[in-house]
Amino acid sequence: MAEFLNIVAIGLLLGGIYSLVSVGLNLIFGVIRIVNFAQGEFVMLGMYGAFAAQVAMGMDPYIAPVVVAPALFALGCVVYWILLRPLQGEPMMQVFATFGLLMVLENVVLALTRGVSLSVNSAAAQISMSLGPVQMPLARILVLVAATVVAGALGWWLRVTLPGKAIRAVAQDRKAARLMGINVERMYMVSFGVGAALAGLAGCLLAPLYSMSPQIGMNFIMPAFAVVVLGGLGSVAGAYVGGFIVGLTEALAGFYLDPALKHAVLFLVFIAVLIIRPAGLFGVAGAEEVGLREQS
Amino acid sequence: MSDQLVVEDLSAGYNDMPVLHDVAFRVPKGAVTAIVGANGAGKTTLLATVAGLIKPSRGRVTFDGRDITGARADALPGLGLALVPEGGRLFPFMTVQENLQLGAYAPNARPHLAARMREVMDAFPILLERRDQHAGKLSGGERQMCAIARALMCRPALLLLDEPSVGLSPLMAERVLEIVTRLAREEGLTVVIVEQRVTEVLEIADEAHILDHGRIARSGTAAQFLADRSIQETYMGL
Ligand SMILES: Nc1ncnc2c1ncn2[C@@H]1O[C@H](COP(=O)(O)OP(=O)(O)OP(=O)(O)O)[C@@H](O)[C@H]1O
Ligand SMILES: [Mg+2]
Repeated sequence: MAEFLNIVAIGLLLGGIYSLVSVGLNLIFGVIRIVNFAQGEFVMLGMYGAFAAQVAMGMDPYIAPVVVAPALFALGCVVYWILLRPLQGEPMMQVFATFGLLMVLENVVLALTRGVSLSVNSAAAQISMSLGPVQMPLARILVLVAATVVAGALGWWLRVTLPGKAIRAVAQDRKAARLMGINVERMYMVSFGVGAALAGLAGCLLAPLYSMSPQIGMNFIMPAFAVVVLGGLGSVAGAYVGGFIVGLTEALAGFYLDPALKHAVLFLVFIAVLIIRPAGLFGVAGAEEVGLREQS
Repeated sequence: MSDQLVVEDLSAGYNDMPVLHDVAFRVPKGAVTAIVGANGAGKTTLLATVAGLIKPSRGRVTFDGRDITGARADALPGLGLALVPEGGRLFPFMTVQENLQLGAYAPNARPHLAARMREVMDAFPILLERRDQHAGKLSGGERQMCAIARALMCRPALLLLDEPSVGLSPLMAERVLEIVTRLAREEGLTVVIVEQRVTEVLEIADEAHILDHGRIARSGTAAQFLADRSIQETYMGL
């Protein structure tokens, strides 16, 4: 039993990581309909940002989001405006552009760091908490808490505030949104910026957990794709819950079956969910219409 | 009476396909102007061009004495020009209230949101009942009411309506046209309305223009058009 609880805890904590990384990806997809292949690289930049903040200012990685998230917001806005906006109306080209961005960011960081693997440290990252028989590293608990707060806050912002509603309006019908006086390009830019900022936040919180390499983004983007399809494309709640499903599946299958099989099992769960609910767990009924409809 | 909208020599289309050719007409303040014509004549294209969704290749659009040719669509609600597009295009996964709120998104409309919401709910009691329902779940008639109400949220001076009665029962269509008449007569709103129900719309309109293959074929008072069946036969196959 204790063993099972430990595996579940590991799965949940891993799920927290996947949730946190996926929320921004799904926001970008939901609003702009771009699959941002470079989202993992934004996480990577967040990690290196935390490193830089520590080296330059002695900042703890858990404080670093204060500077790293705004920096990634700005980067996301710039990337949207100069790279993706000119390709509007050509979704395939936009996807290729994000793929190109992935390469560029990886290579730039590789050139800057010469491929030396780096790490940051935080006093908090050394602490481990125990809950009965279950051992949990504080660093991972913080990620889980952050994922919960971020998903809750983003969901609230989208539901309740006027800019949030404007973003949802753009996602549902961009021509009608324009007729309301909403500047659609600006909303796209803001969404991309917020998505990038969330990746930056994730990067800071993950920095104490991993040793950094320029290619580390790949480790996050693959599960994140599974998460968003499982949870429902474009749904914040879906990205949150989907993260835990993927995390738990990986942990349980990896322990009880065979670590080598964990991705195969994940894939089976994935197929099963999509057979039962093609739009994903949190995809709105008819999301094909709202999320994936050709807009004119 | 001065003109609310002046369209001069307007040509526009999609990519390389021209649709409108030298379209010119005037819309007097406070009047209801009907634009009728066969399917594919370019009525929707005309309204979309006036509303800034399509950039014209030629010509000029003047609204309230101000040149708005080629203006961004998202700048126009703030100036007092609102378009109710074909089918209403409500935000289906937002409530009626949220749809209305977004109608007052223009910065100069935002401070009056609460007051305007009350007025609009008074004018369309059904929307008060459906306030918290997703717009995608409304009936066709309710949807059209909501779309008109949403456009009114920014207190426009000019309302462009693209086939507001399409898909509605004759009774419901009549009610929608009644509302349009009331807005013009009682609130002094200027209305340009595109309609397939030619007789019905001519009965509420002051002036009318026939659009044929992207050109204005005839212009006159609605009464003239109603009296002359031959015009309707020639251009609308009635
Ligand atoms: N998005 C578009 N891209 C290319 N061509 C279009 C587009 N929309 C309309 N057209 C073409 O432009 C012409 C005019 O279309 P428009 O929709 O303005 O006509 P309409 O008078 O509104 O017709 P209806 O009464 O059927 O609504 C048609 O030939 C149509 O095929
Ligand atoms: Mg039309």
